[in-house]
Amino acid sequence: MSAIYILWLRQLKRYLRSRSRIVGSLGQPVLFLLALGFGFGPIFAKAGGGSYIQFLAPGIIAMAILFTAVFTGIEIIWDRQFGFLKETLVAPVSRLQIVLGRTLGGATVALLQGAFIFVVCVVAGFRVERVRLVPVALAFMFLIAVLFTAIGTSIASVLEDMQGFQLIMNFIVLPLFFFSDALFPMRGLPKFLRAVLRVNPVTYGVDGIRGALSHGFHFGLGTDFAVLGILTAILLAIGSYLFSRIQL
Amino acid sequence: MSAIIEVNDLVKNFGAFCAVDHVSFRVPEGSIFGFLGPNGAGKTTTIKMLTTVLRPTSGTIRVDGYDPTRDQQRVRRSFGIVFQDPSLDDELTAFENMELHAVLYGVAPAERKGKIGALLAFVELADRRNDQVKQFSGGMKRRLELARGLLHQPKILFLDEPTLGLDPQTRNHIWSFIQSLAKEKGVTVFFTTHYMEEADRVADLVAVIDHGKIVAQDPTAELKRKTGSATLEDAFIAVTGHTIREEEASSVDQLRMMGRVWRGRR
Ligand SMILES: Nc1ncnc2c1ncn2[C@@H]1O[C@H](COP(=O)(O)OP(=O)(O)OP(=O)(O)O)[C@@H](O)[C@H]1O
Ligand SMILES: [Mg+2]
Repeated sequence: MSAIYILWLRQLKRYLRSRSRIVGSLGQPVLFLLALGFGFGPIFAKAGGGSYIQFLAPGIIAMAILFTAVFTGIEIIWDRQFGFLKETLVAPVSRLQIVLGRTLGGATVALLQGAFIFVVCVVAGFRVERVRLVPVALAFMFLIAVLFTAIGTSIASVLEDMQGFQLIMNFIVLPLFFFSDALFPMRGLPKFLRAVLRVNPVTYGVDGIRGALSHGFHFGLGTDFAVLGILTAILLAIGSYLFSRIQL
Repeated sequence: MSAIIEVNDLVKNFGAFCAVDHVSFRVPEGSIFGFLGPNGAGKTTTIKMLTTVLRPTSGTIRVDGYDPTRDQQRVRRSFGIVFQDPSLDDELTAFENMELHAVLYGVAPAERKGKIGALLAFVELADRRNDQVKQFSGGMKRRLELARGLLHQPKILFLDEPTLGLDPQTRNHIWSFIQSLAKEKGVTVFFTTHYMEEADRVADLVAVIDHGKIVAQDPTAELKRKTGSATLEDAFIAVTGHTIREEEASSVDQLRMMGRVWRGRR
């Protein structure tokens, strides 16, 4: 058993033990799915977009992963406040191992959360059109999970307490979600909005999941994968660096 | 005896406030070293710098021959620590907290279960091993922290107020174990405490720090002789005075508070 594994396991245990957290964080995506899915469905279909649920579900899956991942990354702040962070910071293992264990743990939790929502979507009427591409969708889900856990880790490494939390939610997490292709298609958008969507990594993640499961890729499998993969690697490096500089 | 910890001219400033002010001391290998001082004297801050988690403003440190600001990994391999503040994961059980520590500190898998069991029994938590720590009382948590700190056998053991909040029986029990570690295994113990009779009983050597400055550094018997005191407590008061250290701390705390409010408002 290595340091990475035990820290991964810790994250998973903490998640599975807090039932209120599981249920609580499922609530928001389900609400979005039902309200938007059924509310905008008829308009979307009339405008010639086809079934809105088919379009929306991958966006909602990505949303669940995005939010959970950022939260588990930010958990470092709690660990700092409740003291557990010290225990890992003085241990004779490299901080890279610690950050990898934490990030993989957080990403696994986020992936589980995304998988739950996936099931909920299917129950709500989402049809998987290419079953053999489900593993590709899962790969994209995992990449989004790692990327945003690493972003959470980076943010938490430079914040001392939870006071900046509202700021992060309103100015980073929510814009990343709303200014992506999660809720509406890129086609026909005003130019500037398209440009914004193009530089948002969430767009590529959603496109990857949607391409694999229902609509076909807007950017192409290779592009989605390359953009997300490279960004994830960069953010992991940044997160590890910032984490390694934490002082108590 | 050679020194396993050597500190020269160590300084730590927090903004304009100097928490550790040109501190120098040496800790001989295998000794039990008491680092004493009133509240806010700079003990914990010094320990943080020795244990790689806080960068000094200036000065040099050698721990087991290495510099905590550069050879962090090497230094971390040489010590174990029990922090003054809580550092357990409340969601995990007592056993899981111990196990996590054992893995991080590379305790051999074959020895893990046995050692954890023995130490949990030693601090009388064996029957609560599978309970989540959040259900524990303050004293139980403290005992678990101590058991965890003793799990791997480092060269140096840092104990920041290890017996804080424990009853006298448990304190005696723990100290005899720590003393035997020093005597039999040659572990160097660096501890802080506010219980002077405890320090008098176990320490070979003490350093007294006050307002960030070292004001005395002697074997306990020598310090008592120098100050003409019967007990270490009297000697401590003789070198640090009678005033309670609140004013300074609270004005600094006020500044920190203002900083917080201000940052929060933006
Ligand atoms: N992060 C920080 N920022 C600003 N001031 C700090 C910080 N950490 C400690 N201090 C200040 O440094 C001084 C020394 O604190 P320290 O925790 O080292 O005291 P101590 O000797 O351990 O006291 P105690 O016996 O109460 O534990 C205190 O005045 C404290 O307010
Ligand atoms: Mg202290």
